Amino acid sequence: MKTVSRIFLIGWLVLISQAGFAAIDTYEFRDELTRERFQALSAELRCPKCQNQNIADSNSPIAKDLRDELYRMLDSGASDSAIVDFMVTRYGEFVLYRPRVSSQTYLLWYAPVGLLVIGIAVVIALTRRKKSADKSVEKTGLSAKEQQRLDALLKQNQDKDA
Amino acid sequence: MRRILVLLPLLIFVGLAIFLWRGIGQDTTTIPSPLLGKPVPEFSLTSLYDENQVMSAKDFSGPALINVWATWCPTCKQEHAQLNRIARDEGVTIYGINYKDDRAKAKIWLEKYQDPYAKNVFDPQGRLGLNLGVYGAPETYLIDAEGVIRYKHIGEVTERVWQTLKAEMQRLETGS
Repeated sequence: MKTVSRIFLIGWLVLISQAGFAAIDTYEFRDELTRERFQALSAELRCPKCQNQNIADSNSPIAKDLRDELYRMLDSGASDSAIVDFMVTRYGEFVLYRPRVSSQTYLLWYAPVGLLVIGIAVVIALTRRKKSADKSVEKTGLSAKEQQRLDALLKQNQDKDA
Repeated sequence: MRRILVLLPLLIFVGLAIFLWRGIGQDTTTIPSPLLGKPVPEFSLTSLYDENQVMSAKDFSGPALINVWATWCPTCKQEHAQLNRIARDEGVTIYGINYKDDRAKAKIWLEKYQDPYAKNVFDPQGRLGLNLGVYGAPETYLIDAEGVIRYKHIGEVTERVWQTLKAEMQRLETGS
């Protein structure tokens, strides 16, 4: 009984393991470096049809075509930048998960740095202002204006009492 | 000065809201083609009708539409009647690229549903499709008299899409 259930379990595992292999093609690479370049590039190129997947993950026919093309180009000795250019001239900047620095992408690349600088400037300005404000309210914790107002109110009250 | 500073968060919020609002409803499945303004890429493939006849980019003389289609593509079947009508009633030249398909099946398909194409390129490996930046049939390109790609539509050519294509063709005619 135990062996029967074990066989079923193994059979089941073999069945479900197919899903994990769905997007894996059998490419023969000439060396380890080419394999690594293939993996890096296919992870960085976006599938134009399925948009939120790279061409390594996607099962769509176009992703398969692009993987084949990538393999072909690597096999014929194309450089990484030649391959990226090839894809961009056909599918646009859109296929790059890591967009290139150009006048169109300046905002994308530099806005975070710009915002950080603005944030730091604001924090510095606020702490400076707080410090200078602290100096004027040394003893009573009131500013000069508030002190004047307090004096006036106290005087009013005294006048009423009298 | 202070008043402006107080209003600043509100202004930033309004700016962001307008920016994000514009994105709502925008079709993100259509990506702009880098091939606009460029000639149809060179190719050397056989005609769908005759496997001994070699075709090249010179076979596409504009102004015309180039339609990427296949028998395995359900939307291609949906738009086929519209293509038939455009070719017949509007006198527009339509060239076909039979994309990653089976020659025999494609021929039967055209016999069954009529053939709107002036010429048909057989692209079984999708090499021409790849060079054109095709990522989902059907796709329709508009080429001008010089064979330069002027417009690209991804998906079905509906009546509304045809009106856009037509206006674009008229604009090309009067412009040149």
